[in-house]
Amino acid sequence: MQDRGRPGFAHLGVPTSGALDSEASARANRLVGNAETAAVLESTVDGVSLRFDEGAVVAVTGATAPVRVDGRPVVWSLPVYVQAGSLVEVGPAELGARSYVAVAGGFEVPSTLGSRSTDLLSGLGPPVLFAGQRLAVGPPHGPPPAIDFAPYRVPATDLVLPLHPGPRQDWLTEVGRRDLFGQSYRVSPLSNRIALRLEGRPLGRRVGEELPSEGIVWGSVQLVNSGEILVFLADHPTTGGYPVIAVVDRSAASDCAQARPGTSVALRRHRGSGVAW
Amino acid sequence: MRFLPAGPTAVLIEVDDLDEVFSLTAEIDRHRRNGWGHTLVDVVPGATTVLLDGVTDPGQVAREVAAWPLAAENGGYLETVEIPCRYDGPDLVDVARHWGVTEAEVVEIHTSLCHRVAFCGFSPGFAYIAGLGERWQVPRRPSPRPAVPAGSVALGGGFTGIYPRSSPAGWQVIGHTAVTLWDPGRDPPALLAPGATVQFLPA
Repeated sequence: MQDRGRPGFAHLGVPTSGALDSEASARANRLVGNAETAAVLESTVDGVSLRFDEGAVVAVTGATAPVRVDGRPVVWSLPVYVQAGSLVEVGPAELGARSYVAVAGGFEVPSTLGSRSTDLLSGLGPPVLFAGQRLAVGPPHGPPPAIDFAPYRVPATDLVLPLHPGPRQDWLTEVGRRDLFGQSYRVSPLSNRIALRLEGRPLGRRVGEELPSEGIVWGSVQLVNSGEILVFLADHPTTGGYPVIAVVDRSAASDCAQARPGTSVALRRHRGSGVAW
Repeated sequence: MRFLPAGPTAVLIEVDDLDEVFSLTAEIDRHRRNGWGHTLVDVVPGATTVLLDGVTDPGQVAREVAAWPLAAENGGYLETVEIPCRYDGPDLVDVARHWGVTEAEVVEIHTSLCHRVAFCGFSPGFAYIAGLGERWQVPRRPSPRPAVPAGSVALGGGFTGIYPRSSPAGWQVIGHTAVTLWDPGRDPPALLAPGATVQFLPA
């Protein structure tokens, strides 16, 4: 379950959380006439099936996936009317990793610190959904928008991440800095909502000492002791003691959210970041 | 003060020590109350840094903050939080051995030190409480305990920490407290926020 997360509590150790692909989540909400703050289902790779007790309007966005209502294929990324008793089946994902299911009226689950987002790092928000669980839906605001085409971006198959310099870029050796941009990486299967873990040749680290814990922003590229790198996503810890050598530009947020294990990744200097590497 | 890049919408400010972190955080709070930095989303203190996240022009923010006179901050802007602690943890003996004192003296020392929350992290409501200084630093346990109960009071490096919920723990557990560290239904949800003064009491 995800909405736009709980920003503003990082100083108390609370991750922002929220839909990993916030663009796709907002689009799903718009397609069913919801405010962008409504809670949606974030389904990772395998998909999800929902049985509706009452009629509803549903839209699926994010990772492309087959959507069926009572076994019949229906359109993806457009509002679909569903009758009482119908079974809506989504997935598995074809391109991308995370599909978003919005229902007109939004899912009604208790909110914690102003958000209905499931936070995998700290356990805040509703627990991960389980088969057989019943979910309440709020009253729809009005009819969904009358459209027959909604532009969308199909998730990229190769990832190119534009990087801004991070606070500890000088913890890389010269060779490490060359390797950072000069090699290609793969998305590790250990990646999750907390971090995208990149597999590649370990990067040389200049400074041997420990770093006192410091605040972390979304997109921080953290160099861990093994020389591997992590890209922090929505459920990232708020402080950490490994050096952050770079920060991914927000424009790549959806691509990061949709990257499947094995995806090839290239890191590039962000043009016009205003700060020198 | 050093201003380190942290992406297009943030700046990480590095200072010399924790006292300067407190001074800078207090100064940021004061300016925010006067309408400065209205786009800021999070202000996150660290051990020797303060992160400003949610700025529109990091360079401009750096120039403004650099011009502030940093007064020593008196620590009085947050109430003192009293933590009654029962000093009966499984690692009390090891800490006493490491300090070269008796277990009773560990209690005496820990309750007489002046503690202050430096920063939070690890999990919601978990505070890194500074106060052990160089003299009373302790190493982490050689291997973490898989689980300690909520309210466990533990020492690691120069910090005291209290686990808000049952979790794995690499620090030396010296006791436990019954106070609720974290309650999302409360405002603020965390009992211990950065800057708070903490007084441990023998329970």
